[in-house]
Amino acid sequence: MIEMHEVDKWYGTHNVLKRCTTHVAKGEVVVVCGPSGSGKSTLIKTVNGLEPFQGGRITVDGQAVTTSGRDLTRLRARIGMVFQSFELYPHMTVLDNVCLAQTVVLKRPRSEAEAKTEALLRRVGMIDHARKHPGQLSGGQQQRVAIARALAMDPIAMLFDEPTSALDPEMINEVLDVMTELALEGMTMMVVTHEMGFARRVAHRVVFMDDGQIVEDRSKDAFFDHPETDRAQLFLSKILHH
Amino acid sequence: MTEFDWTAVTNNLPFLMQGLFLTFQLTILAMVGGILLGTVLAILRLSAPAPVPQLIAGYVNGLRAMPLILVIFWFYLLVPLALGRPVGAFPSALIAFTLFEAAYYSEIIRAGIQGVARGQLQAALASGLSYAQAMRYIVLPQAFRAMLPILLTQSIILFQDTSLVYVVGLRDFLTAANIVASRDQRPVEMYLFIAAVYLVLCAGGSFAVRRLQRRLAR
Repeated sequence: MIEMHEVDKWYGTHNVLKRCTTHVAKGEVVVVCGPSGSGKSTLIKTVNGLEPFQGGRITVDGQAVTTSGRDLTRLRARIGMVFQSFELYPHMTVLDNVCLAQTVVLKRPRSEAEAKTEALLRRVGMIDHARKHPGQLSGGQQQRVAIARALAMDPIAMLFDEPTSALDPEMINEVLDVMTELALEGMTMMVVTHEMGFARRVAHRVVFMDDGQIVEDRSKDAFFDHPETDRAQLFLSKILHH
Repeated sequence: MTEFDWTAVTNNLPFLMQGLFLTFQLTILAMVGGILLGTVLAILRLSAPAPVPQLIAGYVNGLRAMPLILVIFWFYLLVPLALGRPVGAFPSALIAFTLFEAAYYSEIIRAGIQGVARGQLQAALASGLSYAQAMRYIVLPQAFRAMLPILLTQSIILFQDTSLVYVVGLRDFLTAANIVASRDQRPVEMYLFIAAVYLVLCAGGSFAVRRLQRRLAR
């Protein structure tokens, strides 16, 4: 579904992604982890072209990710994305947040978009808040709406960029529960996260990054039980034992 | 000291109101045109490939370095030359004000667009919206909401500046008052009256802006 081949990215002279190669198969859940500044968020944002890259190749569902143009816009409409800071549109209600791209991009009639939105809001437990604005919601609630907004486009894959990092601890689970359910339904998912419990329960594979490189790319059990590199061992020991 | 005699004002109210109408007409048209053009300039300056942003920066800085009265006068002379036929004082003044104000509005709007969190644009693009759609539905509504008070303040300045059109022979509110004041030899009453009108309109506008600011801040 998602293929990344030797992806290279530079900020000026700084090489932020170094020949990154990995893939996400259809129905697979891949967790990307690593220390902060390792390039995880940059990597996931190259998948839908939010971050341009200079070398290598990325394809999603067989279509190349370009740097701009109509093809990229059309491809983005088929890939859902959830951000660390939610990025709900503050000037719109929850309902309009979820409806907007359905009506503007997919040209769904308003009534059809609203029906779809209501079904999704019910699914993420937010139907009672449909008429509110994002500012009236907690972080966990906002993130669940953001997931519904992405799902409204019937995506072929979902990208999650640290979806729980900006949340208060008591709200993390309500978001992870929605993501877990999604994974169990067979959604193709690429997830940047520090939630190793989620990774252990849900992921099929783990990609470990450090300093712009993919250092390990292995099945979940292999990664957690026998990390190959010192860097991954060090990372796991820091993140698991505290 | 002689008594105040307000008949010079009351007898000439229709004439003065014609002047006020022209002032309003010019203000509103130049405001709408200036904000529309200013928005286009701001977006191009932020997102168009070189050399467009540099050219726009030159335009904005050039006009902002110029006294408005000179710009009005120039366009009065230049627009007929460019079109090859006379266009009249009002259209040339309107063009001058629109282009001049667009330079100021575009800087306000540019700051407003930059003030909208970058993640908002990313979220809109990620959902499949084009850049233009993301601007229209997501970025500009938020930007205008944030900068509405400053845009209105700039428009109040524009309202006051329209009195400069006397240089091209247009009869705005102040010019109409000038004519009556010198003809009827009642300058004190006349200038007190128009000062009061400007004060009420501009102070009222500023008051409305402050209320709006408080409402938006909530």
